[in-house]
Amino acid sequence: MAVLVIADHDNVTLKDNTHKTVTAALKLSSEVDVLVAGAAVDAVAADAAKIAGVRTVLTAQSPALGQQIAEAVTAAVSPLASGYEAILIPATAAGKNFAPRLAALLDVAPISEIIEVVSADTFVRPIYAGNALETIQSTDAKKVITVRPTAFAAAADGGSATIEAVDAGAGAPHTRFVSDELAQSDRPELGAAKIVVSGGRALGSAEEFHRVIEPLADKLGAAVGASRAAVDAGYAPNDYQVGQTGKVVAPALYLAIGISGAIQHLAGMKDSKIIAAINKDPDAPIFQVADFGLVADYKTAVPELMEALAAAGK
Amino acid sequence: MKVLVPVKRVIDYNVKVRVKADQTGVDLANVKMAMNPFCEIAVEEAVRLKERGVATEVVVVSIGPLQAQDTLRTALALGADRGLVLQTDSDVQPLETAKLLKAVVEAEKPDLVLMGKQAIDGDNNAVGQMLAALLGWPQATYASKLVVEGGKALVTREVDGGLQTLELDLPAVVTADLRLNEPRYASLPNIMKAKKKPIEIKPAADFGVDIAGRLTVLKVTEPPKRAAGIKVETAADLVAHLKTAGVL
Repeated sequence: MAVLVIADHDNVTLKDNTHKTVTAALKLSSEVDVLVAGAAVDAVAADAAKIAGVRTVLTAQSPALGQQIAEAVTAAVSPLASGYEAILIPATAAGKNFAPRLAALLDVAPISEIIEVVSADTFVRPIYAGNALETIQSTDAKKVITVRPTAFAAAADGGSATIEAVDAGAGAPHTRFVSDELAQSDRPELGAAKIVVSGGRALGSAEEFHRVIEPLADKLGAAVGASRAAVDAGYAPNDYQVGQTGKVVAPALYLAIGISGAIQHLAGMKDSKIIAAINKDPDAPIFQVADFGLVADYKTAVPELMEALAAAGK
Repeated sequence: MKVLVPVKRVIDYNVKVRVKADQTGVDLANVKMAMNPFCEIAVEEAVRLKERGVATEVVVVSIGPLQAQDTLRTALALGADRGLVLQTDSDVQPLETAKLLKAVVEAEKPDLVLMGKQAIDGDNNAVGQMLAALLGWPQATYASKLVVEGGKALVTREVDGGLQTLELDLPAVVTADLRLNEPRYASLPNIMKAKKKPIEIKPAADFGVDIAGRLTVLKVTEPPKRAAGIKVETAADLVAHLKTAGVL
């Protein structure tokens, strides 16, 4: 049984999510191929070929694939599907965009965002934003699965797969790319960051959020997150939102500043390895999940934290 | 232009979900139900299209038990024109939901299907994309801005690391993300008016779709609990603990 992994990349760099999805794929089969669908992705394919355990790297190239337009990606992948019993896709915004479309074209029930491979047909996935885990068995002969990257370790380099070009498909005749507006930030992406510093409603204003949270994040090389309350109040942009209706993150360290810890926020970060919280309310629910809690006003605690980090060589 | 908005009745997002002791699912008995938040955003956007004179009719459809009409009533109070329930007591999975919606689209012939990006119960984030595939329509998921003009939809989407803008030929499927709009509160007069708007109820079985899902739920369990940790006294203590934990 061969498995196809669709690579996560931006046409320039192969993303670590690919390596993590390969780990999930290797639990299903020893015959793992990787498809790099994009525009001018020879360098990305060369990097994918280095992942240990990968048999063949396939490349499909066209402008529409470079823009990751769902119709184009599914048109390139579906002709390949007959050679595979499972297609695994990193559960990124791009992956989640085309995976169900591919599944429907193949008349397969998609399996979304698995966090564990139990057997070749049985998987664990979070439902209700991680407040419950569902173990599901698929009766489909072919499977289309998205993989939550934070739940799997990255496959190491050390392989030397062959690289083959495949047909790019028919593109996206009814969709035209207009523009990209990618955040110009040196900070890591929220979903992939090792450390996340998040601010809540206690910050009180967008200026304060900017003044307090961002320098702390930069000191730690962290991504910036926010609670829904902070986003709703306009203190932080929507794409910072961590929680049931925002992004689900699982960094090594989640540092919550002035966040009370509403259920829907906890749902988005409680799989973090270490949670540290600063809140002046000793009864804030965030302390029920925090490994380390500091009951203090952020106004004094964050400057002290900056000093302590500086003293510790950060 | 007609807009079809599929909506789902789910546990209210403020309710703490409890897993049943027999591991067959989550406890839905006596729990507050509400319209899925992303569906509400889709309804709001459709109503705004109508208010701007772009859409002429907003039809809302829901698949589920008879109580799904309460959810549709909420959508009608927000400004939708009429509702349709595809009644079933089965838990319909995403692929079968998309197939049922395809049948509804073929009957209603909307120019645009506007729906939430995902339901907060199953968290599949799949139906919109699958409906587009089954219809052979273009799709734009995770919309944070939508402009409909001259048979085209200009959609700004939330993607990894920023925004992407696509132009789609209509008919198309667009799924709503949080930033698309902030849904209004239904006013009392509109809630009263909504009671008079038509809701048609049809058995889901009448749509010629095999709604038995391909995925069997073997069990539903509680996620591993996080134990509360310790309180530290100072920021310096916090840094020391984080260093010991190896995360700094």
